[in-house]
Amino acid sequence: MTTSDRRVVLSGLGPITAAGVGIESLWKAACEGASAISRIERFDATGFRSQHAGTLAADAFKVRDSVPKSYRKATKVMARDIELAVGAAAAAIADAGLLTKPDEPVDGPTIPSNRMGCHIGAGLIAADVDELTLALRKSVDADGQFDYGLWGSQGMGHLTPLWLLKYLPNMLACHVTIIHDCQGPSNTITCAESSATLSIGESMRAIQRGGADACLSGGCDSKVNPMALLRQQFAGRIAGTSDDDSALKAIRPFADDADGTLVGEGGGILVVEALESVRKRGGRIYAEISGFGAAQSSCPDTVGARFAEDDPGVAHAIETAIRNADLQPADIDAIVPFGSGIRAMDDADRRAMGLVFGDRLPTIPLMLPIPFFGCCGAGTGAIAISMAAKAIESQRLPARVNNGETDGLDAAATPSREADLNAVVVFTTSLGGQTAAVVLTRVAEDES
Amino acid sequence: MSQRSDDQRVVITGMGWVTPLGHDLDTVWKQLMASGSGMAPITRFDASTFPTKFAAEVRDFDVNQFVDDPSVHAHAGPNTQFALGAARQAWTQAGLTPGSFDPLRAGMYLGAGEGVLDFDNYVAVNLSGWNEESRRVDGVPWVKKALEMMEAVNEIEQEPNMPLAHLGREFGLRGPAYNCLTACAASTQAIGEATDILRRGDADMMLSGGTHTMIHPLGVTGFNRLTALSEHDGDPTEASKPFDRTRGGFVMGEGSGMVILETLKHAKARGATPLVEVRGYGSSCDAYRITDIQPDGRGAADAMHQALTQAGIDPHTVGPDGRPAVHYISAHGTGTKENDSIETRAIKRVFGDLAPAIPMSSIKSMMGHLIAAAGAVELITSAMAIRHGMIPPTRNLHHPDPDLDLDYVPNDARVATVDVALSNNFGFGGQNDTLVISRFED
Repeated sequence: MTTSDRRVVLSGLGPITAAGVGIESLWKAACEGASAISRIERFDATGFRSQHAGTLAADAFKVRDSVPKSYRKATKVMARDIELAVGAAAAAIADAGLLTKPDEPVDGPTIPSNRMGCHIGAGLIAADVDELTLALRKSVDADGQFDYGLWGSQGMGHLTPLWLLKYLPNMLACHVTIIHDCQGPSNTITCAESSATLSIGESMRAIQRGGADACLSGGCDSKVNPMALLRQQFAGRIAGTSDDDSALKAIRPFADDADGTLVGEGGGILVVEALESVRKRGGRIYAEISGFGAAQSSCPDTVGARFAEDDPGVAHAIETAIRNADLQPADIDAIVPFGSGIRAMDDADRRAMGLVFGDRLPTIPLMLPIPFFGCCGAGTGAIAISMAAKAIESQRLPARVNNGETDGLDAAATPSREADLNAVVVFTTSLGGQTAAVVLTRVAEDES
Repeated sequence: MSQRSDDQRVVITGMGWVTPLGHDLDTVWKQLMASGSGMAPITRFDASTFPTKFAAEVRDFDVNQFVDDPSVHAHAGPNTQFALGAARQAWTQAGLTPGSFDPLRAGMYLGAGEGVLDFDNYVAVNLSGWNEESRRVDGVPWVKKALEMMEAVNEIEQEPNMPLAHLGREFGLRGPAYNCLTACAASTQAIGEATDILRRGDADMMLSGGTHTMIHPLGVTGFNRLTALSEHDGDPTEASKPFDRTRGGFVMGEGSGMVILETLKHAKARGATPLVEVRGYGSSCDAYRITDIQPDGRGAADAMHQALTQAGIDPHTVGPDGRPAVHYISAHGTGTKENDSIETRAIKRVFGDLAPAIPMSSIKSMMGHLIAAAGAVELITSAMAIRHGMIPPTRNLHHPDPDLDLDYVPNDARVATVDVALSNNFGFGGQNDTLVISRFED
């Protein structure tokens, strides 16, 4: 068996969403059909198009509880995005039953440190405006105008020396690799909503080429802050909400009256591992990552808020992933599309699925995570893949919350139900035009 | 030389850069050979009271000369503009034209930095939202002012995947597309991963490299607060002093380096001329501390070992000509106390007794540190060294450091036959990446 034949599986899931930390909280919400969207409390969002988002409750997650005591001081230099990744990584490792550095394993870590990689997608991390503005205030002249001279001589000194390190996108992976001592290949992919999916594909490739035996992989992002929400609103992606009830119905993927999406904070870290490694240690297998594909779309607006009518990219990524898995479109039992409720993106999803699945498309059930948790930017793919993997393991489709008519697609609101799921395709499309697709397949029990 | 089949061999067929020393291959190369400098007082904003008042800026660059239709790039930020300039040069050198490749088999892997904040408006918006009583920004006035002052498209263009979007549009690339952002190692990593994608058969051709500028108020602020930048008081051209005993930090540069990578099979099929071959890639993570490099150079050495192993090179052997197997090392060589010491240690770990026989230099002494774009520009420099038989110097190396005893090619370029070159980059956050390239031989 050559290294390129190495099979790669998901052996641990650590999603982090508005429903909580870990796969059980995600799956419970998804099966009960309970949207986790709520009113934004972090800041007064009255002037934005929407005042609602997928936000973790304050008592649902405290980063200090996810790190060893000796590392608690370092949590002070973590942007929210980093906190989420650190929490998700701890959840994934626990779920996979791996022992890493914080466990102080007597016989060493389950996976040797230099065989453990880390690929964590990240967004454009927004600076904390309260912290920054406190320093900017020290640099205004008598007329109340910002003065560069005062900033250089005094103002900047009010920022903590490590200020920049809170916001570098690779600091998600940096903290996670230090905490868990992952010395293998590591990367930070920054392709907006496709970041986590691309990262999981890269972990798969690193393991296939023999560079690692397991990787912490996924992505996390927080869009629940003024600057990140503003950027999404500027891109024309945010649905209008008024009261809390309207917010629960605001995200309507593929509906005729889809109005946009809502943001969220979250994502997830997954344990991507060589099948032989999981078997050797007697670990759990959610699903095999059997295929991967990626593409850049044709975008007439350049920035990729819209995809061209005749764009070949999204369909190409999906087809490549299915072919890479040695499957046919007819073998696919369910799809997790981006499914954001953003009209232009829904249209791109729908066209691509039509091209790939043809007449069979209306009969293939879709799983739609975003109406539950909001759109978590770079974390999107990690939530979607966690949901798909858990569905395969459970042989059950989650519920859908979607208050719209979705002609020609199995995408309307529905309760959870049992289903035969042998192969599921997950794909994400980004603002910027990158699509990544993975195919997850069931690993029969006698195989594992 | 290589046992690999043509679809497993990856070659560079086009290269381009936009740097503080110029905007085309030859101009920049001449500057590097003359030990030139791109450093001068910062002009982008008033830095006169900043601890660091100078940088290496790209000057007189006009992106419109490099694109087909300037209107589709009208809102591109400086990082995207630099990328378009560098990519166009690489594209032209590679002899690519529409129809000469399959768009779905042509991808991109960039190590591009984020865009530049619309700083003045951003500051005004934040200040207008400030509530002195709560000591916080009040969301209502904040967003009112933001919607008034900020341009929607300018904000979207700051996303780090926007260079990809622009290059995809300009050159009609529809294959796998990635952007990675692992600080100063990003574009080395991008080229390494792009090579792996080609070897796996997921594409025939990849546009790869990096682009970045952090020469803006918060960028300089961030690095000044970390005390990573040189605060040299005097001639800015003497501020960047890699491997010198008196080195005191790096100098910021900006720009882009881009290469066209393709399988040898694809290059041959379309009649392209390989410039150099990419032989090996290594990547490791220090997993040590957020601010410091692993002191014994373990992570850096690991990346070099992996790259050499993939290239089929034993670092402890000499060739029939008595020379070490690697003939030039493009050092990360930032000019910080820590980097230069640990990089030296790591190279000794890898090459042992042969380390002093391998010339290594840091072009950051001349064009500054291009952050995410540094690796691509330094790899192109290594390729130029192979093709021109010349090694660029380390400028401003006048005070040898007794602990740094390798051959850093001080101050003057050197004539040398370079068949194999190794290029290192290490990022804040513990990322280590190495590429090994060689003269192309069929």
